[in-house]
Amino acid sequence: MTMEELFRQVTQKFYDDQPKEPDFKCPRCQKSTSAKTMQENMQVCPFCGYSSRLTARDRLRMTCDKDSFTETEAGMTSVNPIDFPDYEDKIAELRDKTGLAEAVVTGICTIHNEKCVIAVMDSHFMMASMGSVVGEKIARAFELAGKEKLPIVIFTASGGARMQEGLVSLMQMAKTSGAAAKYSEQGGLYITVMTDPTTGGVTASFASLGDVIIAEPKVLIGFAGRRVIEGTIKQQLPEDFQSAEFMLENGFVDMIVERRNMRRTIAHLIRLHREEVR
Amino acid sequence: MDEIITPYDRLSLIRHRDRPTVRDYIPMIFTDVYELHGDRLYSDDKAIFGGIGRLDGLPVTIIAEVKGRDLSENKEVNFAMPHPEGYRKALRLAHQAEKFHRPVINFIDTPGAYCGVEAEERGQGEAIARCLYEFMQLKVPVISVVLGEGGSGGALALGVCDELAMLENSIYSVISPRGFASLIWKDASKEREACNIMHITAEDAVRLGVAEQIIMEAEGGAHTDPEITAENIHRFLSNSLNDKMAKDIDELLVSRYNKFRSIGEFTLMDSSENQGG
Ligand SMILES: [Zn+2]
Repeated sequence: MTMEELFRQVTQKFYDDQPKEPDFKCPRCQKSTSAKTMQENMQVCPFCGYSSRLTARDRLRMTCDKDSFTETEAGMTSVNPIDFPDYEDKIAELRDKTGLAEAVVTGICTIHNEKCVIAVMDSHFMMASMGSVVGEKIARAFELAGKEKLPIVIFTASGGARMQEGLVSLMQMAKTSGAAAKYSEQGGLYITVMTDPTTGGVTASFASLGDVIIAEPKVLIGFAGRRVIEGTIKQQLPEDFQSAEFMLENGFVDMIVERRNMRRTIAHLIRLHREEVR
Repeated sequence: MDEIITPYDRLSLIRHRDRPTVRDYIPMIFTDVYELHGDRLYSDDKAIFGGIGRLDGLPVTIIAEVKGRDLSENKEVNFAMPHPEGYRKALRLAHQAEKFHRPVINFIDTPGAYCGVEAEERGQGEAIARCLYEFMQLKVPVISVVLGEGGSGGALALGVCDELAMLENSIYSVISPRGFASLIWKDASKEREACNIMHITAEDAVRLGVAEQIIMEAEGGAHTDPEITAENIHRFLSNSLNDKMAKDIDELLVSRYNKFRSIGEFTLMDSSENQGG
């Protein structure tokens, strides 16, 4: 055996011993793709273009200029406003599992050198449902953008209201919409990027209030849950119901932008709004 | 009432078949009422009443979610579950009120915004979001009253206001108790248990800073004496309106915003604690 052969054998064994990441099975086209291919393709399904769910960390890495992100309100975490059974334990468990303090990460960054406030929701944390912390961090992000006279970009994803916070979570819809209104009055630019899935109380509040609303291809966007509607009408809904494409067609989204063009598009939009026309 | 009344008892009371609806109350409270129809965009949603009238002689705009008094009425008003065009009608009339410096009085009574194919196609989420956004900035006093069910975003759409009152037995919740039970326990029949942990009563809403006032109903529930209940609603509206009309509108807008801005509980932990939990 030559050295070369031995080396090949050893490296082969090394790769065989690595735990293999499971393939990604696309929820839209049902086709499977290796984790490696998905990673090379920015976690977008190579067959149908579905833009799969990202962690906030991956989203920030893909979106912000290198080392430009500074987090704000990093330590804000939930309490239990209506004494919901086991809520604190569930939050603590998710903090451990995800490394996130809550379901949204906010901060300031540059995107192709355009400075902006950024908020990224992470569906891995309790489906990014909106409780007090999500509502407060979004409101503070708008206030920061207003104070610093910066544009704000919010990547939305949410299963809706945080049931465990009851009526308090419902009120976050009013809080965030009010903060968006106040920021808008100051003349600031608000770009929404709807990602998978944007639903319920988040769709029915700040997500739908962007000056420009972008959606990623094939993501789920809607108000009511699909199963709730199917239960009401007693029939199955078409595959593309409540997709980004459906929302574009019905007039609730300005444009669908592929992940590989997202940074450039956001930066261009910010530049287009920077020169004031007065 | 001496015996303890549970949240589930209240749910039963507001579902009583003789429970008065806003259609019963309006003639007992307002004069010169003219209903105004349509959103000028798509159609006229009968789940939302819109109109103008007088309260104690003062012109006001009235916007209300409408329950039916029997099955055929309920079919017509879609069981008080508005479509987007209902919320857009509300917004049209709210802006009209602003133009003519009339205060707006909202009545909330819905299980929630309608969940259906057309509602999604016409942007239910956007319609509700726009209500929250516009009512927050509306430059006239806004007063809301929850008559029965205050269900979810469909209720909140008419709930961004300067003062919110709830009828004694009414509820206000993030999701219907039935929806909650099916979501949390995968069992919609556990409505009673849901009522017990959801904190949905008028007292809960006051404690959580969501409602300012509780309006007493007639002994045994509003249906036993709608006139007395209407009188109580009338008295609240008169007092509240007098108070709000006397204030500078900019001051009113600041306190309207601050009310919602301050609802929510959280804590700030040392962010180093966050690393790996
Ligand atoms: Zn696919």
